[in-house]
Amino acid sequence: MTAATAPAPAAETPDGGAVIDVRGLRMRYGTMDVITGVNFSVHRGEVIALLGPNGAGKTTTIEILEGFRIRSAGDVRVLGTEPATGDERWRARLGIVLQSWRDHARWRVRDLLDHLGRYYAPFATPGRPRPIETDKLIAMVGLTEHANRRISTLSGGQRRRLDVAIGIVGRPDVLFLDEPTAGLDPHARHDFHDLLHRLSDFDDTTILFTTHDLNEAEKMADRILILADGRIVADGSAEQLARRVSGQAEVRWSQDGEFLVHSTDDATAFVRELFAEHGDEIGDLEVRRTSLEDTYMALVHRLETGQSGGDVVPFKRTA
Amino acid sequence: MNATVHGIQLGFLRGVIELRNSLRTWDEWGNNIFVALAFAVVLYFQRDTILDEATVALATVALPSMLGTMVVLGGVSGTASILAFEREDGTLLRAKAVPHGMVGYLISKIMHSAGLMVVTITVVLVAGLILVPEILSTSTVGWLMAAGILILGLLATLPWGAVIGSLVKSPQMAFGLSALPVGGLAAISGIFYPITALAGWVQAIAQAFPVYWLGHGMRAALVPEAEAAEIGGSWRYVEMLGVLGAWTIVGLLLAPPILRRMARRESGSAVEERRHAAMQRYS
Repeated sequence: MTAATAPAPAAETPDGGAVIDVRGLRMRYGTMDVITGVNFSVHRGEVIALLGPNGAGKTTTIEILEGFRIRSAGDVRVLGTEPATGDERWRARLGIVLQSWRDHARWRVRDLLDHLGRYYAPFATPGRPRPIETDKLIAMVGLTEHANRRISTLSGGQRRRLDVAIGIVGRPDVLFLDEPTAGLDPHARHDFHDLLHRLSDFDDTTILFTTHDLNEAEKMADRILILADGRIVADGSAEQLARRVSGQAEVRWSQDGEFLVHSTDDATAFVRELFAEHGDEIGDLEVRRTSLEDTYMALVHRLETGQSGGDVVPFKRTA
Repeated sequence: MNATVHGIQLGFLRGVIELRNSLRTWDEWGNNIFVALAFAVVLYFQRDTILDEATVALATVALPSMLGTMVVLGGVSGTASILAFEREDGTLLRAKAVPHGMVGYLISKIMHSAGLMVVTITVVLVAGLILVPEILSTSTVGWLMAAGILILGLLATLPWGAVIGSLVKSPQMAFGLSALPVGGLAAISGIFYPITALAGWVQAIAQAFPVYWLGHGMRAALVPEAEAAEIGGSWRYVEMLGVLGAWTIVGLLLAPPILRRMARRESGSAVEERRHAAMQRYS
């Protein structure tokens, strides 16, 4: 099971080995509490998806981690440093993929990447050359044919690739992405997923991204955090979350030309019985475990209808 | 420390790239040519009017005054607009996300603004010289003095452009709060006709601002023989240095903390909000 090798659960004390460590984070705008107490930690090389309904505080959380927003309370550490006071040396180890609009419209793709990369050169270390060589980076994001084009002439999808390239030009230790695949077509999305995998596998980059695409979260992330109501209401792999929330699997089969469906919490036992009883009469067997979407909907629905009141606790991992 | 120096060097590099990018676009040249033409038309109609107090044509005095006004317009309005525009579109946020990116950004903006101003002034000067060839007989000392006053003008105005660009909510507001006041000041600062024709209290207001003194300084440098048309009938270098110096010092004291505060508040969601606001404005 993946749970056995997964990092230790969030402890009460600050986690020294964590790349990102958040304890009791609170954020208040005026009299409105947007984040009421967020705890989680992320280890080196982990890929984390942050999910949650609009307005749940995903962007705020990520901006606090980036050092772009000052938290109201709590203890936050990124690469061992408090983001609010992080210096340029710290900043050089972060990558941030921003949603672009029309900035640097007059620049050419290669000029901009080459220029932005130069800022990272003084921060190179033997194990981590910085920046990524410009033409190699352009090839990595599939913009080689467009390297000499003015940025204003790029399509939306090409601009998103450029945004990603800008985010990783300094070969970051930690990469933050706020809805990176919004507006990408399926093909570009696929390429983007490959790129993230490469970063995580070869450069050991720790990645935290927000998304509304549950398939993407399931496919990309080692771990999923669901933020709702200003808190982390779930923390675990897609599989773990599914088991915790519904624990049910759906079994479909056909018998005497009729299609049947049954929900059960022990699909194996149910199928065994099914065959013991009906044998050859069973056809078209399909066992489907609860998808992340079902889990997510169930969780958010529970919260919205207030069924679980205040006692939705972060999922504890079983070793 | 080394990395900071590196950031400053990259700022110069960025300034060069931005200037090159600007000069490659037709908008930039179109703008320059339009301004030059507008001033040329004014000069054309003024060429036969002789100032009563002095023996020079009004156009000869107006050309240096216009150059002075353009420094203020570029320094305040140009800088404020660029800064507001690049805050709105996220350019500034990108600079913030890069180590020492803000230092580089700031240096590049100073270079870019100054470079664009040199280009615009050159275009206007060339157009003006065709209509007012008398200016060509200016001595080397006169040209050097004109260059010095332009640099002082940049120092006195750029920081104020940065302050306005940091405080406004949109590029439109930046333009309104910078170009309109400068235009108003130009109207009362003896740019297009001698200031002595105006009421005393209007003259007093005009003399508190850089527009008047840059015009005054440029006239002193390029048409020193026209002093009879000035207030008091003479060139006032001390007062000029005093007023421009005061604007420079206050501007340089105010700009850094205001720029820092503005930069601190930039974030992805702030840019996103402005983008929504801008979309509603344009649609």
